Amino acid sequence: MLLKDICDWLQGEVLTGRDKMGMEVQGACASDLMSHVLANAGEKALLITGLNNLQVVRTAEMSDIEAIIFVQNKRPAPEVLELAKEKHLLTILTPYSMFTTCGILFKNGLRCGLDDGR
Amino acid sequence: MMDDNKQFKPLKLHFTVEQGDFIRAGEASSKIKKVLSQLGFPGPLIRRVAIAAYEAEMNIVIHSWGGELEAEIGPEHVKIVARDRGPGIPDIALAMEEGYSTAPDKVREMGFGAGMGLPNIQNCATEFIIESGEGKGTVLRILIAVKE
Repeated sequence: MLLKDICDWLQGEVLTGRDKMGMEVQGACASDLMSHVLANAGEKALLITGLNNLQVVRTAEMSDIEAIIFVQNKRPAPEVLELAKEKHLLTILTPYSMFTTCGILFKNGLRCGLDDGR
Repeated sequence: MMDDNKQFKPLKLHFTVEQGDFIRAGEASSKIKKVLSQLGFPGPLIRRVAIAAYEAEMNIVIHSWGGELEAEIGPEHVKIVARDRGPGIPDIALAMEEGYSTAPDKVREMGFGAGMGLPNIQNCATEFIIESGEGKGTVLRILIAVKE
C-alpha cells in the first residue's frame, strides 16, 4: 500500500520525509506503548500513535519502521521532527482519532503488521 | 564485507548513558545500529541488536543513576553490555515477567514502563544474562549470534 494513498485517506499533513510518499508499507502497528511496538512491529510497517515525543522516532528507527502517523493533530515539537528528518522517516499528522485512523486504513485494505492470530 | 574478511578484529564501541536524559536516550543504540549497517551485517540481525540495545539504554535512563552501554562487534556475534550504578533489581525473575514494571507515570506517558523491556531483550538475544541485586548496580550481558 502506497504511503501517498494512506496520507490522502487520512487527510494527512506531511511533516517530514515527503520523498518517501511513493514507498509501500506492508502492514501497520497502532500503539502508544513503544515497547509493544519494539516487540511486535514488522519491518516496512507503518506506526500509528497518539504519542508525539522523541522516543516515538527512536522506536521507529530501531524497528525499521518507514512512516509514523500522529493521530488527533498531535503535532510533535520541532526537535522531534528534526530527528525524524535526520532518520529519513515520513511523518504525517492526521486529524482523525486512533480508532478512526485504523478504521479508514483497514477499510482500504491495510492489515496488521504482526501475527495477530489470523 | 562479511564474506571477504571473516577474521576482522572485534570492534568496540562505548557510550555513557545519563540518568533521566530523555533527549539523548537512544543515541547510543542509534550509533551502534549505524555502525552495523556500515559493516554490512544482515538487516534482521541489525534490528535485533538495535532493539535489545535500545531497551537496555532506556532502562539505564529510566531506572538507574546513570551507566554505560558497550558494544563489541565481531564476525560471529555482537555483544552488548549495559552497566549501571544502582539501585539494582531486587527480584530478577519478577522483573522478567511481561507486564511487571516499577517505572514512574512520567515514563509511562512516554510509552515505556509497560514491563516489556527485559522480555523484549530476551527475545532478541541468543544469550542474555542479568547480574543485579538490591543496592547494587545492574549489568545486562546480551549476546546476539550472527548466524542462528
